[in-house]
Amino acid sequence: MGLISDEYVRLLGAWPSPFVLRTRIALNLKRVPYEYLEEEDTLNSESVLNYNPVHKQIPILIHGNKPIRESLNIVMYVDETWLSGPPILPSDPFDRAVARFWDVYIDEHCFTSINGVAVAKDEEERKAAVAKLEMCMALLEETFQECSKGRGFFGGDNIGFIDIGFGSMLGPLKVLEKFSGVKFIHPEKTPGLFHWADRFYAHEAVKPVMPDIEKLVEFARLKFNTSIFK
Amino acid sequence: MGEREEVKLLGTWYSPVVARAKIALRLKSIDYDYFEEDLFGSKSELLLKSNPVHKKVPVLIHNNRAVVESLNIVEYIDETWNSSRPSILPFYPHDRAIARFWSAFVDDKWFPTLIATTITKSENAKAKGMEEVGEGLLLLEDAFISISKGKRFFGGEVIGFMDICLGSFLVIVKARENLKGENILDKSKTPSLCKWANEFLSDDTVKNVVPEIDRVVKFMREFEAETQTRAS
Repeated sequence: MGLISDEYVRLLGAWPSPFVLRTRIALNLKRVPYEYLEEEDTLNSESVLNYNPVHKQIPILIHGNKPIRESLNIVMYVDETWLSGPPILPSDPFDRAVARFWDVYIDEHCFTSINGVAVAKDEEERKAAVAKLEMCMALLEETFQECSKGRGFFGGDNIGFIDIGFGSMLGPLKVLEKFSGVKFIHPEKTPGLFHWADRFYAHEAVKPVMPDIEKLVEFARLKFNTSIFK
Repeated sequence: MGEREEVKLLGTWYSPVVARAKIALRLKSIDYDYFEEDLFGSKSELLLKSNPVHKKVPVLIHNNRAVVESLNIVEYIDETWNSSRPSILPFYPHDRAIARFWSAFVDDKWFPTLIATTITKSENAKAKGMEEVGEGLLLLEDAFISISKGKRFFGGEVIGFMDICLGSFLVIVKARENLKGENILDKSKTPSLCKWANEFLSDDTVKNVVPEIDRVVKFMREFEAETQTRAS
């Protein structure tokens, strides 16, 4: 009878998804061997429906025969199951609570603002969404300064929960910057984040799985047939 | 043991998510000072300082450090007072992932759908919403049967994370049933959940912590009258 951590690992994902990216970074950090399965049409995929009947979404981690759903849940599961790799969440309960708080904020405010800019129907809507996103960036800059305490990442010397949560949004942010002409991660307004982004991209757990920006740009153009992408 | 740790909880008596924090503190037998916030009047300095991003309750302040968001607080309590039994989150990572999944379902889908039916003026939207609420409960019924494995709670013999998450909304559900004559938790459709609901509400850690149903009914009635007066 082997260890649970030795059981076969599969990941159902889609290459443009920042949420899938989070889970791949986590698995890479822990050096977990896994089979990656690209789901091109998640709404009509039998596997996706089978393993996530409630939300019909990817990513889905299948460990042994057990599905784990939702990106942050999966990252936490990877952290708790493969204990020999570097820790993703901090060990102190207060720091863990802070990390969880900011990842929820990133999903509920940052990501929705990114979407807001992408789907804005007119100039007014776009301006409002841009303003909201800039506010998110300012807050995350502050958070970065507080959490990193002069070191390279939100997690300190190595990437952690907030790095993964926010770093996965860098691709969509770069796409938006390209189309909107607004620099959301700015060398003067958000210097901490600016330099952190380069370090994040270069990290060995991130580099091999970060989607190519040009491909993401093309994907966004096709997906969002809204004014910003024309 | 050293000196008494300073634990404060900022909340409101009617908030179900504040009740989550109270239940968790009670489960671990932690003494704390409770501060009632007047969210309809003006928020306290302490609240604004300790939750500057969202300015919401509950806020747990432990040795001068603030933890916000109810499920975050519950996990924090479980991890900090980890030598006190019972454990709130399940032991195995997979069971924890399941608990987190269903609690997210309750918080992000099920409960907001229920709330939307109270706000909407469209009868159509209301009916559709209530149908979704019912479907959600069927999913939760299945989840309960699978997770509890015949025991009284999602957490087994003792209340756990998922019990706290869904259970905290029971008073509102029952108050709503009282106020509107609706049947949300239907014994014929979700018998296991109905049984669980009774077990939860009569448990010692919950009984004197959640608000009384009658008090919430009165509050809802007054709130509704107030919003209608303002609208006209």
